[in-house]
Amino acid sequence: MSSSGYVAVVKQDCPTCVLIEPVLQQLEAAGVALTVYVQDDPDFPKVSNRVDDRALDKSFELDIETVPTLIRFNNGTEQARLIGWEQNEWRSFTGIEQLGEGLPTYRPGCGSKSVEPGIAEQLALRHGTVKFNAREVSLAELEDDIEACFDRGWSDGLPVVPPTPERVLRMLNAVAREGHEIIGQMPPFGVDCSVEKVAINAVMAGCKPAYFPVVLAAVEAALDPAFCLHGLLATTWFSGPMVIVNGPVRQAIGMNWQGNLLGQGNRANASIGRALQLTVRNVGGGLPQDTDQSTYGTPLKFGCCFAEDDATPWQTVAETMGVTSGRSAVTLFSADGPLGVADQKSRDPESLVQSLAGSLKAVNHVEMANGSDAVVLIGPEHGRVFDQAGWSKADVTAALHQATHIAGKDLAMGTTDAAKASAAESTGTAGQIPKFRPGGLYLVRAGGDAGLFSAIIPGWVMKGSVGTDPVTREIR
Amino acid sequence: MTSVLLDPTGELKPSQREPVAKLDSLAGKTIGLLDISKARGDVFLDRLDDLLGDRGITVKRYKKPTFTRPAPLDLVNIMASEVDGVIEGLAD
Repeated sequence: MSSSGYVAVVKQDCPTCVLIEPVLQQLEAAGVALTVYVQDDPDFPKVSNRVDDRALDKSFELDIETVPTLIRFNNGTEQARLIGWEQNEWRSFTGIEQLGEGLPTYRPGCGSKSVEPGIAEQLALRHGTVKFNAREVSLAELEDDIEACFDRGWSDGLPVVPPTPERVLRMLNAVAREGHEIIGQMPPFGVDCSVEKVAINAVMAGCKPAYFPVVLAAVEAALDPAFCLHGLLATTWFSGPMVIVNGPVRQAIGMNWQGNLLGQGNRANASIGRALQLTVRNVGGGLPQDTDQSTYGTPLKFGCCFAEDDATPWQTVAETMGVTSGRSAVTLFSADGPLGVADQKSRDPESLVQSLAGSLKAVNHVEMANGSDAVVLIGPEHGRVFDQAGWSKADVTAALHQATHIAGKDLAMGTTDAAKASAAESTGTAGQIPKFRPGGLYLVRAGGDAGLFSAIIPGWVMKGSVGTDPVTREIR
Repeated sequence: MTSVLLDPTGELKPSQREPVAKLDSLAGKTIGLLDISKARGDVFLDRLDDLLGDRGITVKRYKKPTFTRPAPLDLVNIMASEVDGVIEGLAD
């Protein structure tokens, strides 16, 4: 390329580029210093100063988004550029009056090959415009990449998607955040957790880039001191983090809040929860039978994420937590496995509340109160019973709190009746005491259409200042 | 095959696995002799067997089914559990 003159970037696959081939020839014939870079067919267009740019390095260097692009240089400095074909623009830009006579006066251009998905990331990496902070791990030539991830202890026991630089860059490009931004210190070892590290683990979990804003919000929520992630990770109790998603992002990324929402089959549900857990495992270093001292664990610790049905008369969980209606958000709870509640007989809300309360009293232990919070997933058929009677979420929540009170005499776990009476007398809890702390019951609408069921999901047997509180974050 | 991955961890540990520490001395150790099934490897290993035996060192003999493939995992595990070090008759 001469330091002054014009540079055009074209591809044969673009009808507008083909249309303006005679224009380029006309420029050359008029003695204009013109260099044409072609992205696909090295024999196109028929001009003398044509350069093969199939590797797309020049297109990348010139930051070409559309072809044809015509750029004017003066002493090596870009003066101006045109995109697509607009006859009058090209004439005034080049000062050639009859340029493109007889051609349509306007045609838009086509996308440059250098910005095609997958290509853009390769080019950015090849040209060194993207720098990762994470250490690069070189594999031996014969090493299987998935096995290598197992060997290095990066897996939760299932195969992970190998975190190549291209995949991580695609993930990072899904958010307008800097990769090196530190979003908090990941327990148990208090390691700085960067956006980039979360992206690497989201790749491994199987996330699409479109899920990444949700993953990032979930990790940020988990790092809120109120969530007490360190304790939740280390506890002997069953719990792990559970992510509930509200708002338009649910449909945008195809999440499930209907049949089998807690089970297998939906990529977003499965991989977002897993991305959070892999980030905790890998960045923070908390491993089972090591810092993670859970006696049993729960299958939910592979990752637990689902959406709420936002289209019910009730407030969503995000709205209850203060998020404006219509915004997307994640809410994190600590969660054990679900306990099913089957009530196929209740047809009025009072009866259904008694059913749910009976099962709720068994959370942690039937003779234990104020131990943990609980999420109650109200299925569509149970929800209909409340909706038809006009009971709001606040109504049902209040009724459940009232119906789950336990007699103080029943709280001397596992002892004889006489001992219980004595204990109740000495502790002054002979009356009724609440099973759950105020605000410790969270009702969420989700589930498949068929089945007069609901699901109780208790959490870690600690809460508030001595344990975990649910945390909500808007997704940006 | 992928050649470079980005480290997902907090990078508190080296990315490469540490090799097992080398033996300072063979005294009191059990040494494995691994025949990779290449011609006359056994001649070399028989002689080593004699020399080690003369020095009172316990020797165990192993053999790979074929030199063309890596040792079967079972064989690797058996050797790892039975000996302190391995001498391999690697080539012709």
